[in-house]
Amino acid sequence: MVAAAAVAAAVALPRLIYPVLALEILVWGLFAVAIDLLLGFGGLLSFGHAAYWGVAGYVAGMVARDLGAPFPLAVLAGLLGAAVLAVPLGYLSLRRTGIYFTMVTLAFAQMLYYVANELRPITGGENGLQGVSRTFPGLSLGPSLSFYYAALPLVLFGYFAAYRIVHSPFGHVLVSIRDNEARAQALGYDTARYKHIAFILSAGLAGLAGSVYTLGEHFASLEMLHWTTSGQVVLMTVLGGLGTLWGGVVGAGVFLMLRDFLSTSDLFRDAPGVVTGAIFILIVLALRHGLWPTFAVLVRRGLGRFA
Amino acid sequence: MDYLAVQLFNGLANGSFYALLSLGLAVIFGMMRIVNFAHGAFYMLGAFIAYFLLQQAGVGFWPALVIAPLVIAVAGMFLERVFLRRLAGLDPLYGFLFTFGLTLVIQDGMRLRFGVQGQPYSAPAELSGTVLLGAVSYPTYRLFVVAFCLVASIAVWFVIERTRLGMAVRAATERADLTRALGVDVDRWITPMFGFGLGLAALAGVLAAPMRNVSPLMGSELIILTFAVVVIGGMGSIAGAIVAGFLVGVLSSVGAIFDPAVEGIVVFALMAVLLLVRPSGLFGSIETR
Repeated sequence: MVAAAAVAAAVALPRLIYPVLALEILVWGLFAVAIDLLLGFGGLLSFGHAAYWGVAGYVAGMVARDLGAPFPLAVLAGLLGAAVLAVPLGYLSLRRTGIYFTMVTLAFAQMLYYVANELRPITGGENGLQGVSRTFPGLSLGPSLSFYYAALPLVLFGYFAAYRIVHSPFGHVLVSIRDNEARAQALGYDTARYKHIAFILSAGLAGLAGSVYTLGEHFASLEMLHWTTSGQVVLMTVLGGLGTLWGGVVGAGVFLMLRDFLSTSDLFRDAPGVVTGAIFILIVLALRHGLWPTFAVLVRRGLGRFA
Repeated sequence: MDYLAVQLFNGLANGSFYALLSLGLAVIFGMMRIVNFAHGAFYMLGAFIAYFLLQQAGVGFWPALVIAPLVIAVAGMFLERVFLRRLAGLDPLYGFLFTFGLTLVIQDGMRLRFGVQGQPYSAPAELSGTVLLGAVSYPTYRLFVVAFCLVASIAVWFVIERTRLGMAVRAATERADLTRALGVDVDRWITPMFGFGLGLAALAGVLAAPMRNVSPLMGSELIILTFAVVVIGGMGSIAGAIVAGFLVGVLSSVGAIFDPAVEGIVVFALMAVLLLVRPSGLFGSIETR
């Protein structure tokens, strides 16, 4: 019932706001869910997920542009590219725990940003990977609205996968590791392996989102790999509410609509960080549980008044 | 051979900044368990204060070297009292997110006012020119930076590791509750130590002003590299911060001899190797929480 309503909302979204923004909310929402999978359920704050979002974007863009592959194949290639990259980087990052883990993920993502900037012949350097088109035999995917509906099943699959992961035995073990790693270990779970797999799954979902984003935007930019991207998705996740899984979608929606609303003001156009940073500070000081639980309480109170 | 020598000194000069910044991070982390993302932003503000003092008031480099760290230290103590104190006892991730948000506000606020164009700031007259070191001539100012940072780093190391005050600080770092029980007023030291850590960042900023352009974005790339340096040195280790800082600086510059593109990669490669063979860092001990 709830799932059906959510799908209906996703279908109706591009009719309510313009399709480009709708697609952005859809994919950033999935990106934030990928972060929450790792942070809310695994207790691991990655501040380097721009790496997987961005690398997937470049891979998907190249497969679509240079090989002329239909868009689902390009997305699959991006997803796999991100997941494969997460195998060594996840292994290395998980050698540290807590806030150290966060610093290592941030550093590795910065390394990829640097490498992408240096490999100009392949990545286009600061100009990004331009002229990416999305194709599918028998479909005309030029208009944003068409692509939104064509990509919707892929993105919904990503959401469904996140849901399944969290509610599987694997997900429960992950939560137990978050709450008490030593105890999970004592129960016989190979906690390092669980965390590594969670990291790869999260990177894969981020890659799925980044691939669709690139195809939707027609190009992959260096900015996708920038540390501000990693920060922005963590902001959406925390804004929505940690450990709620779907909170990230609300966070992405609120943040992107706010950005869209403010995009005409000078302040936001020239210095978006002032607004983003202020939201960050506000959340940390006053809204650590995020919007999702607050909304739930408000809705319950509202309903209670009628009962 | 000459080129190698020059690159060696360049590496020491770059390493000086890593050392000063990671030293401040280590002090702050030790006292408060906060990884201060805004460290790079305060480094940038330090450079801007020096720039302003010169532009608006005609105050030169030497006074700026004292004034800027003091201003930033006071601002930092205010920041700690008003905001960071509320985050004490929470998961360190909130301190990180708070300082990340603060960085965005400061950096983009400055960008709004000054654009991304760098502002020039020249070295004081008595330090301009070059010195002959054996067969190679080398900019005097850079030598000064290396010497200054070495002395400053060792002074901080001495205070933390060899004095009574440092002993209290280190004790508070390891077991704040036990230190309190022994009659040391730990909380009294948190605010000044945070100010001190930020002051070190501002000091690095003033020193960087004549070497690098003064721009709103000068701190953001540097802070991430400094994080890698901190992981290499071992978080919270004073000696580790200093050694890793100079080590990374030198290895990066020497790497640039083979290929300029290597320079940016060395620090990350070093971090990856260390995570494999010695995850707790060069000087790190067992992690506390």
